[in-house]
Amino acid sequence: MSDETQGMPENLPAPPGQQEQVGVRRGMFGVSGTGDTSGYGGLVEAISYPGAAERPYGGWFDEVADALEAAARSAGLEHALGSVVVHRGEITFHVRREDLLAVMTALRNDPDLRFEMLVSVSGVHYPDDTGRELHVVYHLLSMTWNRRIRVEVSAPDADPQVPSVVSVYPTADWHERETWDMFGVLFEGHPSLTRILMPDDWPGHPQRKDYPLGGIPVEYKGGTVPPPDQRRSYN
Amino acid sequence: MGLEEKLPSGVLLTTVEGVAGYFRKASFWPATFGLACCAIEMMTSGGPKYDMARFGMEVFRASPRQADLMIVAGRVSQKMAPVVRQIYDQMANPKWVLAMGVCASSGGMFNNYAIVQGVDHVVPVDMYLPGCPPRPEMLIDAILKLHDQVQTTKLGANRLAQIEELENAGLRALPTSDMKGLLR
Repeated sequence: MSDETQGMPENLPAPPGQQEQVGVRRGMFGVSGTGDTSGYGGLVEAISYPGAAERPYGGWFDEVADALEAAARSAGLEHALGSVVVHRGEITFHVRREDLLAVMTALRNDPDLRFEMLVSVSGVHYPDDTGRELHVVYHLLSMTWNRRIRVEVSAPDADPQVPSVVSVYPTADWHERETWDMFGVLFEGHPSLTRILMPDDWPGHPQRKDYPLGGIPVEYKGGTVPPPDQRRSYN
Repeated sequence: MGLEEKLPSGVLLTTVEGVAGYFRKASFWPATFGLACCAIEMMTSGGPKYDMARFGMEVFRASPRQADLMIVAGRVSQKMAPVVRQIYDQMANPKWVLAMGVCASSGGMFNNYAIVQGVDHVVPVDMYLPGCPPRPEMLIDAILKLHDQVQTTKLGANRLAQIEELENAGLRALPTSDMKGLLR
């Protein structure tokens, strides 16, 4: 947590001026009009992300950013780092996917950074964010400095390739398999990228936004469960 | 008339099948495993209030080799399905399967990609028990109904004929996947 935000309530969303709006979502489950008895038909919700932060980020965020930029410069990767987002007392570095492996190596090895532990690899699907539909988020923890950061890369849906970080953080093995299973992100250089949760012959990647919700055939004595977007809809 | 006339009092005659069935149903040991909230009701059934021990089945065997009954208590995820099948395969014959609750019977409220829509896709089920979750009384009732099946199980050549007959009846019956309309 940065010095400026100390004493302030944690987990406040960014003020509206610092947000980046990408779209508007109306209703829920594809239902429109007043026929919807769920009460969500008139819902209007802005889809917004926290915008890029300006220097100074505050507290140790600047030290980490300085050290990371110096490490990237010495490795000849000046353009590896994209925007930096500081949101709800946490910092996220957006990295070009082709430079991910070098950045992660620097984050682990640099004495001023020393992010020894990869806590989690997760995927996000933004179907409306053309050209960067799939995001992969790496949560890093530095035992030495007691700091936590996030590193985020994006890939287009047409070419969902992201370099694997198993060579740097072996723990990423199963995390990347799960991200492949659920989101369909291909991790180049992974030792054995196979499905981990779903059966091997499963079609599709269930956590993508365009994956159908429910509606699985029950095959038990005429039992049918319609998908949520076909329930209670009278229009 | 026959042998019965010459027997002293206090001796009862029956068939080997009857005795075997009686012994089997009176020491009907379930395998110890639960998958979700139904397992809590299953454990309660074994506790002092509902006391399944009255029916000779208080011992939940930790090893499937020693178990006669598999109570599938809870929703079966795609990841769990091969494990459930392996437990079933490890159990020695004769063995029975009880699908406890709607999730194990038909997927229940979990109509999504993660859950197998009924454990009968994975193992043959002898008794379906509805409820979300079923009360311990319902579980005990289902097991007592299963006891009747166990009691009437045949042996040897009769068993083979019984399997044949059940198989033919199953082939003649309308598959559950072809039944249309409301659940019944």
